[in-house]
Amino acid sequence: MNLFDILGPIMVGPSSSHTAGAARIGFVGYRLLGETPVKAKIELHGSFASTGKGHGTDKALVAGLLGMRPDDIRIPRSFEIARERGMAFDITSVYLKDVHPNSVRLTLTGKSGKVCTMIASSLGGGRIKVCSLDGIEVSFSGEYPTLIVNNEDKPGCVTRVTSLLSQRGINIATMQLYRDTRGGEAVMVIECDQGVPEPFLQELKALDGIEKVTYLNMEEE
Amino acid sequence: MAFGALEEIVQECEKTGLPLWKVIMQEDLRERDADQKESMERMETLYQAMRDADEAYDKDMRSASRLVGGDGYKLQQAVENKTTVCGSFIGKVMMRAMKMGECNACMRRIVAAPTAGSCGVIPAVFLTYEEEFGESKERMLQALYVAAGIGQVIASRASISGAEGGCQAEIGSASAMAAGAIAWLRTGDAGCAMHASAIAMKGLLGLACDPVAGLVEVTCVKRNVIGAVNALTSADMACAGIRSVIPPDEVFDAMADIGKLLPSSLRETGEGGLAATPRGRQIARDL
Repeated sequence: MNLFDILGPIMVGPSSSHTAGAARIGFVGYRLLGETPVKAKIELHGSFASTGKGHGTDKALVAGLLGMRPDDIRIPRSFEIARERGMAFDITSVYLKDVHPNSVRLTLTGKSGKVCTMIASSLGGGRIKVCSLDGIEVSFSGEYPTLIVNNEDKPGCVTRVTSLLSQRGINIATMQLYRDTRGGEAVMVIECDQGVPEPFLQELKALDGIEKVTYLNMEEE
Repeated sequence: MAFGALEEIVQECEKTGLPLWKVIMQEDLRERDADQKESMERMETLYQAMRDADEAYDKDMRSASRLVGGDGYKLQQAVENKTTVCGSFIGKVMMRAMKMGECNACMRRIVAAPTAGSCGVIPAVFLTYEEEFGESKERMLQALYVAAGIGQVIASRASISGAEGGCQAEIGSASAMAAGAIAWLRTGDAGCAMHASAIAMKGLLGLACDPVAGLVEVTCVKRNVIGAVNALTSADMACAGIRSVIPPDEVFDAMADIGKLLPSSLRETGEGGLAATPRGRQIARDL
């Protein structure tokens, strides 16, 4: 852990795992959807379900979905703000198989009709992990600029993406490949050392065999 | 790799002749590939956030369970009326630790140091020491590096998570960090700082994490007070020349061992200890 994992984060209490981590998960969901949801189905698992209410896990998740970060002092009022902004939400308990005790499944619908489903876990100290995205198992933290590339499961896709990254001087910190079935839909999750500029995202989207590119950069305003 | 032992940090100070805080900061800069200006600014932001949180205390706020709130103000009145047995300085430290713990429980903005549950210890000790002894902000920021460096070693050898190590890993760690920082401020001696942190940790070894209803309220908030006061008495012992018989790194290893031996009912599950008392259970049922 670096010095600022020990001191910090600046956050709204009471719990780094149940409040700050929950807000961060909500914020990642907001960013992955790319817009404020009009509808959010929030399903709490394990300790999130059993002690979440007293820790403000519910408020923190809703705040994150509205685009608030873990240090936003409006977190305690997030339900009210959601109503003002027209975000309908529904919070229930669920049992999810083989996940961390502090986990949640989010099903988000945007105004445009776009839908995003994710399962994420709060690991402690405000750090999180996205474990599933739109039904495909993944693993990323949001601590790095992250590219999520949906592509056809055919030879050459990975090379095209990585060579373009190297041409643009972007270093890959970690890279994972996932797919639902052979020859079906595949996903690359690439955590980068540098931010990825918009024109380059367009180039990526235009590559042969690439179906969708989602970009997550938590540092950006 | 960040330092894995206090002993390594002390040796590095002796080898380089650099002050303790700088050795800790430089290792972190190397590790994160960051520059000094960025690091100092970040530390200053954290310290300012602690100060802001302390000043934003509101005696009328209440926590989710409504069990927490208003106690920091009671201590403030006791200090103002000069009725504390512990005197004004310790009285203010107690007041600030209580206030910050309450702010956290009431969903206000705080700085995890090292955790949210233990967020009152370091600001209570630091802000009150700065005020009482007229220390410069620059030196207080340097002392925060000392605290964070000690915390890093504790996290690597043991844990700073109540779910893993019990309350000793949260309040114990915060207290050890604050003790080392104050001992360094008073002596400038790395070894003395390390012994202060060891003495502080030893005093809180075995402390269970048994929060009522699993909430960061009872008795997390009040434990911030004991963590803060324990940091100061430990620093005083070390500054007087008293040494921990067990070397500091071994004390942290013992904390790790004890954490492993604690049953899960005493590690943040809200099942044992105070949480399992008749009143504790009643509170959980009534939520």
